[in-house]
Amino acid sequence: PSSSPRHDDLKEMLDSNKDSLKLEAMKRIVAMIARGKNASDLFPAVVKNVACKNIEVKKLVYVYLVRYAEEQQDLALLSISTFQRGLKDPNQLIRASALRVLSSIRVTIIVPIMMLAIKEAASDMSPYVRKTAAHAIPKLYSLDPEQKDCLIEVIEKLLADKTTLVAGSVVMAFEEVCPERIDLIHKNYRKLCNLLIDVEEWGQVVIINMLTRYARTQFLNPNMNEDKEEKEKKKTEATAIVKRKPYVMDPDHRLLLRNTKPLLQSRNAAVVMAVAQLYFHLAPKAEVGVIAKALVRLMRSHSEVQYVVLQNVATMSIKRRGMFEPYLKSFYIRSTDPTQIKVLKLEVLTNLANETNISTILREFQDDHFNDKDFVAATIQAIGRCATNIGEVRDTCLNGLVQLLSNRDELVVAESVVVIKKLLQMQPEQHSDIIKHMAKLTDNIQVPMARASILWLIGEYCEHVPKIAPDVLRKMAKTFTNEEDIVKLQIINLAAKLYLTNSKQTKLLTQYVLNLAKYDQNYDIRDRARFIRQLIVPTDKSGALSKYAKKLFLALKPAPVLESPFKDRDHFQLGSLSHLLNAKAGGYQVLPDWPEAAPDPSVRNVEVKESVPEWTKCSSREKRKEKKADKPFYSDSEGESGPTESADSDTASGSESGSGSEESGSGSESEESNEESESASEEDEEEEGKKKKKNVEKIKARKPVPESESDSQPNTIASVQVFDTICKPAWLYMQFLLNPPLPVSVPQTIIPSGNLKTYELLHRITGEGLSVEYCFSRQPFSPDPHMVAVKIQFTNSATSEAKSLHVEDAKLQSGMRIKEFPEIEVLPAGETISVVMGIDFCDSTQAANFQLCTHTRKFFVSIQPPVGELMMPIFMTENEFKKEQGQLMGMNEITEKLTLEEKCQGEHAVVQRVTTAANLSRVPCGSDKECRFAGKTVTSGSLVLVSVVTKEDGAAQLTVNCEKMVIGTMLVKDIHQALTQ
Amino acid sequence: MQLPAKMIHSLFLVNSSGDIFLEKHWKSVVSRSVCDYFFEAQERASEPENVPPVIPTPHHYLISVLRHRIYFVAVIQSEVPPLFVIEFLHRVVDTFQDYFGVCTEAAIKDNVVVVYELLEEMLDNGFPLATESNILKELIKPPTILRTVVNTITGSTNVGEQLPTGQLSVVPWRRTGVKYTNNEAYFDVVEEIDAIIDKSGSTITAEIQGVIDACVKLTGMPDLTLSFMNPRLLDDVSFHPCVRFKRWEAERILSFIPPDGNFRLLSYHVSCQNLVAIPVYVKHNITFREGSSQGRFELTLGPKQTMGKGLEAVLISSQLPRGVLNTNLNPSQGTYNFDPVTKLLSWDVGKINPQKLPSLKGSMSLQAGASKPDENPTINIQFKIQQSALSGLKVNRLDMYGEKYKPFKGIKYMTKAGKFQVRT
Repeated sequence: PSSSPRHDDLKEMLDSNKDSLKLEAMKRIVAMIARGKNASDLFPAVVKNVACKNIEVKKLVYVYLVRYAEEQQDLALLSISTFQRGLKDPNQLIRASALRVLSSIRVTIIVPIMMLAIKEAASDMSPYVRKTAAHAIPKLYSLDPEQKDCLIEVIEKLLADKTTLVAGSVVMAFEEVCPERIDLIHKNYRKLCNLLIDVEEWGQVVIINMLTRYARTQFLNPNMNEDKEEKEKKKTEATAIVKRKPYVMDPDHRLLLRNTKPLLQSRNAAVVMAVAQLYFHLAPKAEVGVIAKALVRLMRSHSEVQYVVLQNVATMSIKRRGMFEPYLKSFYIRSTDPTQIKVLKLEVLTNLANETNISTILREFQDDHFNDKDFVAATIQAIGRCATNIGEVRDTCLNGLVQLLSNRDELVVAESVVVIKKLLQMQPEQHSDIIKHMAKLTDNIQVPMARASILWLIGEYCEHVPKIAPDVLRKMAKTFTNEEDIVKLQIINLAAKLYLTNSKQTKLLTQYVLNLAKYDQNYDIRDRARFIRQLIVPTDKSGALSKYAKKLFLALKPAPVLESPFKDRDHFQLGSLSHLLNAKAGGYQVLPDWPEAAPDPSVRNVEVKESVPEWTKCSSREKRKEKKADKPFYSDSEGESGPTESADSDTASGSESGSGSEESGSGSESEESNEESESASEEDEEEEGKKKKKNVEKIKARKPVPESESDSQPNTIASVQVFDTICKPAWLYMQFLLNPPLPVSVPQTIIPSGNLKTYELLHRITGEGLSVEYCFSRQPFSPDPHMVAVKIQFTNSATSEAKSLHVEDAKLQSGMRIKEFPEIEVLPAGETISVVMGIDFCDSTQAANFQLCTHTRKFFVSIQPPVGELMMPIFMTENEFKKEQGQLMGMNEITEKLTLEEKCQGEHAVVQRVTTAANLSRVPCGSDKECRFAGKTVTSGSLVLVSVVTKEDGAAQLTVNCEKMVIGTMLVKDIHQALTQ
Repeated sequence: MQLPAKMIHSLFLVNSSGDIFLEKHWKSVVSRSVCDYFFEAQERASEPENVPPVIPTPHHYLISVLRHRIYFVAVIQSEVPPLFVIEFLHRVVDTFQDYFGVCTEAAIKDNVVVVYELLEEMLDNGFPLATESNILKELIKPPTILRTVVNTITGSTNVGEQLPTGQLSVVPWRRTGVKYTNNEAYFDVVEEIDAIIDKSGSTITAEIQGVIDACVKLTGMPDLTLSFMNPRLLDDVSFHPCVRFKRWEAERILSFIPPDGNFRLLSYHVSCQNLVAIPVYVKHNITFREGSSQGRFELTLGPKQTMGKGLEAVLISSQLPRGVLNTNLNPSQGTYNFDPVTKLLSWDVGKINPQKLPSLKGSMSLQAGASKPDENPTINIQFKIQQSALSGLKVNRLDMYGEKYKPFKGIKYMTKAGKFQVRT
């Protein structure tokens, strides 16, 4: 496309000698960029001005360059020499700005130049330039990840920097480039804790979040004794021998808690939240309370801040309810609150409800104004949850809800019906009058979900309302054809149940309904009708099942559990994006579980010489009027402009004389160091003690520390699990409740004949004669259905017997669980034994790491499941498959075209290969061109649907539908491979 | 291969009619079509403030804030604390407001170059760099009418000619080399009372939030201390970074080197445990009768516990039920307005004279045949009380060290209604 005459105009202006014209042109160009207009054709004209004397022109040229360099790499190279010159400028600000622009130009060719510039800047005299170097690290890393090792060296160097200016930026770089290198933090840990209060706000957030993770790997759980007691109460199984050690907090752990606490007073909501999550994850129970007040304060901020804070409070209030109880009133709902805030406040209020405050809360619920439709539903559900959690008020709540049944708004009534149904399921005997009342509602209420709920309720408790139930069925039979599908299904259910209990009155009605259903348009309804007729109407042919029909239909159903959607969300680090979305976001660092035994604390010791840092200096003017106590607050920021800056050559420039005079007063270093703050001097004493043992420790330090071993294991999956963000829609769950589980024959699992793939866990040589193999047995793991069964086979090829084989010290990603196999007491030489253990992989292909122990040795091993083993087969009809597939469209569907390998053409081969690759079962299908498979993930039960459509010449199309997109993506890859190789 | 980078990737500004009027990218360009997900969420939301602040999309996350009817939509690629982004976006808005007086679409478009320069300085590679207004003002001068005129004539610039030194300074929030001929320091203690009053007039919740906003124009590097008569009142405080925290902990004295110009020194909270005085009462009688197309509306306001100070700028607003077609009301003072479309009733009362209490009485006409509304409306009240902080907080003294001149000092108190609601 030819450039417009307007642009020629701009080019002319840029070529002129007058700065004012150039400036005007650049302003217009920047305005174009801001509006999203393409200005790339001006690149040659603009880049010429990169060395312009006028500062504003120069700055705008930089803006342009950073925006378009990626598109015009060759031309962009013309500007590089200007920045290279800038890097050598005597003025630190010019050096910094040159590095900043140079590192922002995303042109791969200049990677080596950038690397060199960053290395040099990292040793610059000026802390400001070093800060810029820290900022440049992630830029280079995202441009060329292969520079990682070099960049880690720079990070290590900058982490040792003692100025507050650099601290936040380098930790940010650390988090982006090498968050797994916790070992780099050890030596800098105490310094970071002490500097923290004087780092700028944004850096504080990053440092606090990183230190939270660090602390989780290095210190012991301060609540371990209480937590253990709780666990004991829950399961009486004597799985672990509880060692009740008295807990002593590591002084470094205490240092972190003490130095972050004042930041709860920060004006920056992100800082307050960061400290709050640190306390929630790291502090002893008794101390966590301090964060409540600060969080409640944030609630008065902008509504977006409120939204995020309330999400976090909702999670916290489940675990630590007492903490927020004093602030109950702060969560009261205002009519002016946006709906999304109201719903969250409601969630918190419901979590906080207990015997003593429930009456106030219920009154608050009732006072709420019902003009907000989304909110009404949430309120009614909240009342339901209060009623289930607090037995004392169940009747009060129920009465309140029954009153709502006469509300004029149909939505209110419908929602109430649904909740009442759940409540009645808990104690139906006492409430036949309510059931009667609800039966009457079928005349008026039209919302399908509510009608379905009522019908299910009457069917389920038809013996409590023997007179009304048949009458309801009569009315429903009349309107059957006009009802919605979910209502029709419940009419059939009601008919069946009545037929079984009261066949005299309802036999004809039932048959009528079943006949109507037989010709319904919907597959499911026809299927259901056929199935029920076979089951309940005794014929000569009907088998043994119909004898048990009553047991099948009228079995006692477990009452539904109404629980908070925020339950257990704290396995995500609070305050994180992943926590907010309840799904792992890309780049999320898992918050590790506390270690069983604390790693060596001496790794954090620093040479004593280094522990008298320059940031304890203070200007004499300051000293005159300041008390000792507040010295660290300002002192370190003065330290940073200390010797480094004065050594810099540009202190002579006039604008800096102000800070220059500051420094002149700061010569009293030695005198000051006595007055160090409490924490620092503590540290000193400690260090002096340690100094004596220094020689010993030096030797120790050379040994690899255990946690660095596990850290260095490749983490290949993390980057794949980026977009797993879809939540299960609540109504699916509701539907499940309304359609009580029907008896179905046990699904026939197709297990690929005998060729389960085995993997090596421990080689004979490393295991000193003991070799261990494992395979995924694809049997349900009976002690816990959410675990994948792993069959482990031990072979002792040594000459002596192996004793007491067991699992120890599992290092698991959060959420993962292991059920160990029972200890094998003796394995004689030359023998082989198989055991089964269960692992809950949390639907991820992250490895489960643990130690395999014998009476003499321990071996680090890890089991990493192929994605196909994370699921189990389920039985499905063709229709159900289609229906479910229809609901998993869009992002949840992945389709890939492929060419089948020669040997793999033919239905049998396809089925065989797919079921070998993934633990799925075949779904019947009318067409012989298509094979379908279904399963669900073991942990969360998310559906996994696979279909392979074959075409001519071995072409085929593979489709995977799964709401867990990561699983879907990986599965496509595996099956693709299985079918093409 | 490029890795998903952390922090803020791009920023889009969206106006109330859904047009993107500004975009800025700190890394590779993200197509503006990513905002389609935002527009979808916007369509689903019943009210503008119900757009979720965090929206996941297949490849990005959108984090947005709504201020001055402009959505500031940040594009994120991977894990970052949501509050980090939200707090930063609000800081951006505050900066715009500080620079241009208002933060409107027109102001941003008029000053698009300054906006771009500001955004360039505030974030580096998506990570906040300079967010202190004092530092920014050294780097980029705020536009004034005079300067704009001069610039167009002489072609001089908005960018500071000097290199910024604030970032290197001992106290990063303060410019160096500040000079004034009149040295003055003003402090405004402003309290807001939030309350919910139930039907019978008893208080359900009441709490006071206060701020101390300062305008300090002092030469050199002054070091100030400010002490209170009754610091124990302050239940929960948050500070500007300039305040020395340990000194507050130990002595309950605010000690700080102030930024130059306007800044918020302190926000505080007076807890609901202390009895909060409610300065206004409302007598109301709002009734709808079943089957009648008329409803009664009566409202009388009066002062209560105002410590002898008058109530000013009183404004009543209330969202009447949908069934109300129109109102026929008679205010004893001020003007009232009812919007039959939004059903919003507002009554600008003005000052309350304790001798002659203001009232608003009359009837409402309802939709014929419609059933009576389920709920009575809630009444929102705004008011101001000059020269008084409702909590009783009093500044004891303000001292300056470090400079020789004598500054002019002033302290002003004011109380305002925050979210003050009366349920009827």
